[in-house]
Amino acid sequence: MKTLTTTASATALATLMALGLAGTAMAEIKIGASVSETGPAAFLGDPEAKTLKMLVEDINANGGVNGEKIELVIYDDGGDPNKARTFATRLVEDDEVVAIVGGTTTGTSMAIIPVAEDAEVPFISLAGAIEIIDPVKPFVFKTPHTDRMACAKIFEDMQKREITKIGMISGTDGFGASMRNQCLSIVGDYGIEVLADESYGPQDADMTPQLTNVKGSDGIQAILNPGFGQGPSIVTRNYAQLAIDLPLYQSHGVASKGFIELAGAEAAEGVRLPGNALLVPDLLAEDDPQKPVVTAYKTMFEDKTGTPVGTFGGYAHDGLRILVDAITRAGSTEPVAIRDAIEATSGLVGTTGIYTMSPEDHLGLDLSAFRMLEIRNGEWTLVE
Amino acid sequence: MPELMQFLLSGVTVGAVYALVALGFTIIYNASDVVNFAQGEFVMLGGMITVFAFKAGLPLPLAALIAVAVTAAIGVALNKLAIEPARGAPVVSLIIITIGASIFIRGVTQLVFDKQLHRFPAFSGDDPIRVLGATILPQSLWVIAGALAVFVGLWLFFTRTLMGKAILATSNNRLAAQLVGINTAWVMTLSFAMSAGIGALAGVLVTPITLVSYDVGIALALKGFAAAMLGGMGNPKGALVGGILLGLLEALTAGYISSQYKDAAAFIVILAVLFAMPQGLFGKKSTDRV
Repeated sequence: MKTLTTTASATALATLMALGLAGTAMAEIKIGASVSETGPAAFLGDPEAKTLKMLVEDINANGGVNGEKIELVIYDDGGDPNKARTFATRLVEDDEVVAIVGGTTTGTSMAIIPVAEDAEVPFISLAGAIEIIDPVKPFVFKTPHTDRMACAKIFEDMQKREITKIGMISGTDGFGASMRNQCLSIVGDYGIEVLADESYGPQDADMTPQLTNVKGSDGIQAILNPGFGQGPSIVTRNYAQLAIDLPLYQSHGVASKGFIELAGAEAAEGVRLPGNALLVPDLLAEDDPQKPVVTAYKTMFEDKTGTPVGTFGGYAHDGLRILVDAITRAGSTEPVAIRDAIEATSGLVGTTGIYTMSPEDHLGLDLSAFRMLEIRNGEWTLVE
Repeated sequence: MPELMQFLLSGVTVGAVYALVALGFTIIYNASDVVNFAQGEFVMLGGMITVFAFKAGLPLPLAALIAVAVTAAIGVALNKLAIEPARGAPVVSLIIITIGASIFIRGVTQLVFDKQLHRFPAFSGDDPIRVLGATILPQSLWVIAGALAVFVGLWLFFTRTLMGKAILATSNNRLAAQLVGINTAWVMTLSFAMSAGIGALAGVLVTPITLVSYDVGIALALKGFAAAMLGGMGNPKGALVGGILLGLLEALTAGYISSQYKDAAAFIVILAVLFAMPQGLFGKKSTDRV
């Protein structure tokens, strides 16, 4: 027993020494991440984590940033804001990272914000809500477009089709409820009237009663379904079941190949939604600035993981690219210098859109980042 | 009129899903008075295993069969590894063990399979069937038929077979059951296997409608549990009626009052019923003798 303990501690000591040596030999720039690899937001956080690890490996293999290698310190917060806050604190205090990328959900992002602000470490969030960057906080940025932008894109498309009276059916999950509110707050600007406003629970199995009521409202010309997860797939299937003959709009929350599979190509025929370039790399014009970026990321991700690329991993890709670009331009690893450089990001091409930040705009995307997509024969097609 | 019909058909569809889940609760409850909160996980496993076996190229019926068999084996393992070692513990402790088991099963599932939503094709296509101006999907009929078949099967099992009566006897008084020669350990094993198998069957039937991912079990178990409480815990008839009733309540509230209050309305009715009839609609009266 005694021998065993001695061996064990000797091994531990050796390991520690090895780790210590390795630590000083490489890893000059420490970047922190807290993402939800497991838990309810795992389907977002998992591709984000894979993307971050993959890109950091790639950047280091290609000589690193300003000649220095990146060390990624990544924690799994399981979608729990309390854990996210703890990990953010650990990142700035123990790991002494120069910047944080992460915050898979709005909840975890909001928990990381105060820590990043207090420590004056730049934080690039991967979550959707507009509250993250509005009002602007000096050290907080984000990569995904906001729900309000998705609403605006959809309403613009409706205007083009001369649709003025719509019905809404929204999920009561965080995403659906937030997007419903954002849409309702700007719908008037587009001369569109919401005649029916129904909802469903995130785990409901059948939405035909709600759809029957929406369909029954006089003068409805189109239906919009802000939602996330399985709800929109079931709404789309029920739509076909009830043979509703109106345009159906889904949100960017289900912009993935998986949605077409779950809803079924037949039911999803003609469904429109705002998505980004990553979904349709083959349909982009040859001179589209996003084409090489999304194609490269898609190829790398799919070769590496064997799973189809998605919008969410793309957010992490953009977050890391913005950060690396900023560190390169700043020529320094001082958090404050990096912050200033991020704010000066201009024309950076990401998978989500082209980012141009300013002191007033810590997102840096406009509506052109969204592409209006329509499902035809089980494939995405570009409207416009 | 077509609206009402559509609400009713929707209610029956959803209700049959709840009923199938609720029926799974009855056997373990009857054998041990334990409400098995891992029941939703059995439903999820039925769906997930079928999805992945089907994707691996197996024909759907074989994939479903494998899912039911594997889930039944997991049910037996749960009993052997977690419930049996805690045999002497009070019922509440056993229920907490099942909650722990459900978290464990969820965690393992997301590692073994993945975290995405899945679906496999409906058994008889997706062309809706028209009934009085409303529509129902063929898969809903499969779910309803499945719920009825499980109900009849359970009813015959508990009233007509020695094994079923042995389960009821074990629940009533374990010591007395042992004294008359019932192998109570085996009864528990059997009841977990059957509950898990029925749960998996439910998963196989409902997945084309509800879709499946590693975390759908909790919501299904809660609704199934509510249905079972409404109908009377432990009674297959109660599970069936409770499930359908809950589904109808939700659909009619969503249709005529507001979809916002659909869940609340259903739970208010359940509370009201339980105040008036604490054993549920068809619950057995307390049979303790002194």
